[in-house]
Amino acid sequence: MKRVQFNRPLLPFLLILPQMAVIVIFFYWPSAQAIQSSFYIEDPFGFGATFVGLSNYHDILTSAEYLKIVNFTVIFTLLVTVLSLSIGLLLAVKADKVIRGSSAYKTLLISVYAVAPPVAGLIGVMFFDQHIGPFVKLAAWFGWEMRVGIDYWDTAITMITISVWKQIPYNFIFFLSGLQGISRSVVEAAAIDCRSPIRRFWTVILPLLSPTAFFLLIINMTYALFDTFGIIDTTVKDKAANNPITLVYKVYMDGFRGNDIGGSSAQSVILMLVVFVLTVFQFRFIERRVHYN
Amino acid sequence: MSGHKVLLSVSVAAGVLASSAAQAQTDITWWHGMSGHNGDVINEIATKFNDAQSECSLTPVSKGTYEEALAAGIAAFRSGEQPNILQVFDAGAATIINAKGATIAAEDLIKNAGHEFNRDAFIAGVRSFYADADGKFIGMPFNSSAPIMYINTQALEKAGVEAPKTWEEFESIAPKLKEAGYVPLVQSQLTWEFTENFFSRNDVQFASNNNGYDSVIDTTINVTAPEHVMMYDKLKAWADEGYFGYYGAGWSDNQKVFEENKAALWIGSSGSFGGLQKTAQMPFDATFLPYWNSIDGAGVHSFIGGAALFAMAGKPDAENNCTAAFFQFLTSPEIQVFYHKSTGYVPVTEAAYGLAKEQGYYDEKPVAEVGIKQLSLPGGEWNKGYRLGFYPQIREVMEREYGRIFSGETTPAEAMETIKNEADQLLSRFAKTSG
Repeated sequence: MKRVQFNRPLLPFLLILPQMAVIVIFFYWPSAQAIQSSFYIEDPFGFGATFVGLSNYHDILTSAEYLKIVNFTVIFTLLVTVLSLSIGLLLAVKADKVIRGSSAYKTLLISVYAVAPPVAGLIGVMFFDQHIGPFVKLAAWFGWEMRVGIDYWDTAITMITISVWKQIPYNFIFFLSGLQGISRSVVEAAAIDCRSPIRRFWTVILPLLSPTAFFLLIINMTYALFDTFGIIDTTVKDKAANNPITLVYKVYMDGFRGNDIGGSSAQSVILMLVVFVLTVFQFRFIERRVHYN
Repeated sequence: MSGHKVLLSVSVAAGVLASSAAQAQTDITWWHGMSGHNGDVINEIATKFNDAQSECSLTPVSKGTYEEALAAGIAAFRSGEQPNILQVFDAGAATIINAKGATIAAEDLIKNAGHEFNRDAFIAGVRSFYADADGKFIGMPFNSSAPIMYINTQALEKAGVEAPKTWEEFESIAPKLKEAGYVPLVQSQLTWEFTENFFSRNDVQFASNNNGYDSVIDTTINVTAPEHVMMYDKLKAWADEGYFGYYGAGWSDNQKVFEENKAALWIGSSGSFGGLQKTAQMPFDATFLPYWNSIDGAGVHSFIGGAALFAMAGKPDAENNCTAAFFQFLTSPEIQVFYHKSTGYVPVTEAAYGLAKEQGYYDEKPVAEVGIKQLSLPGGEWNKGYRLGFYPQIREVMEREYGRIFSGETTPAEAMETIKNEADQLLSRFAKTSG
């Protein structure tokens, strides 16, 4: 291989400057401000602020309600990630085998991805509406009186269903392209060695898919933690009341609706730490098991 | 090169021309939280104002919902880009009024611009809600409403009962309404209709420090008052008996039941009138929000709901004078009546109320008068208003706990304890914001 030598030491820095500028302005600067505000209780209009040390953090972490939201966020994130990954994978494996009319299937499965989260939320809310929703009628037919917006878990199920439905096509696209990237010769060699297609899937196909799966795991967790905001907002119809919400929605409620800048800054710092820990964990422990070619 | 220079000088000249044209007319902006039909009406009012005079040009901008308008106003103020006028809703009143220096009191603004200002020109119910403890108007009452009771006349006829004035009367007719096949009672916003206006209508103290008007220090909320707990004990008991239907915290999920002729009585806003005329599948009437006969002194006017307009500080005199001129224009009887008729919000001045009466509007639409009549009822000791910091968050706590009452996760007494606990914490946090 030919070695490329740069003899202008400043050029690379110049080239990454735009990217760094974007990160500093839109990430590091606001983050630093959030950390600073989290130590104050502040007048929304900026007239007065009292330094309170760690008391914002103390108030949040000792609040039973906040811990309940943490709990729900964990359950929600796990369920949404696991369900949308596994259904996406299942559909991709099946679609990969279809020979006739495969592009029609694929287009149908992918098309949902074009729907924006709040719109997906609105469509979902219509399906689960307590007065006219077909899913509620269907549940009633099985003797389950679904009360979305009133019963905590009924609302939770609605949110999870809509969030999973919205994310499946994304996972489907990546898994399908991952599957198509596996070389025919490996698949055929495996078929000679092992008769069971299920065993072949677990021992050959899945390990070869693991880079895709790892990438999707991170993307799906971020999706469940942050991008489901629009779905949650439309499902609770702007009034969370006794319905489940996730941590991000709580930051919005306290910061933007409640104008409690200190409290919501402390919450977003906590959220930043969670994401940081999660990312380190994923790269240190899960990525080791990923098999890159 | 010379071509560029020519172009440059032309554009400079154009700029000078444009700015001198702007000097002749002062531009002011108004950020609000209304959309749809109500947003269109605001645009119409602005057009009327701009057509009526030539010195000022008003541009209204919708910022989404009430909460979004307040958040946008705050963010803009912090970066020095605030509008001249900001619409702030009832629950956000403490946030903006306590930020002294963020606004110019509407009363001062109008007087400084050389206009007369008479507090008594406003109807009783709106006078103090956006005023300070001495009664000076800080905000200019704009879209004002009251929680009233809408009546499904067919349902009442079928059950052979009269509309209740008190909750005791409701209790006695509820079984008959249920028998007639209706949900006897639905509502749309427990916090506003059964908490805040429970305290006003029944004249019970809502918070210490004179409902929060006197000071932010050590203000505590009084939701654990035995009368208030009783109200929710009753609501829960009624819900269990099938006399009261709760369909979640969303406004329209509850209203829909009434519109579809399934409920007999609905507590809604006086401002719901216009929309209800289009959506109700049956004839309807309205009357005052019921009160408890058993509570001493009950039956006084309710708090005003809706929102007010605040003149933001940090603007040049010329613009402030335009804002004052607009406030004068807005409170003129003709504009008030126009707004009243096109939206269903109540007129805020006695003169406007008189004009609407004179025009025979209430002979034609008696329901439109219920809200203003309720706001004109005699005043009590505790129904002037409330001034509680972080109140939008306190409302969220209430919504959460009330939801739990009706899903059976908690009891009213326990819920009120939880609300008091969290609300008092929020209030003491708010006291620190001004430190």
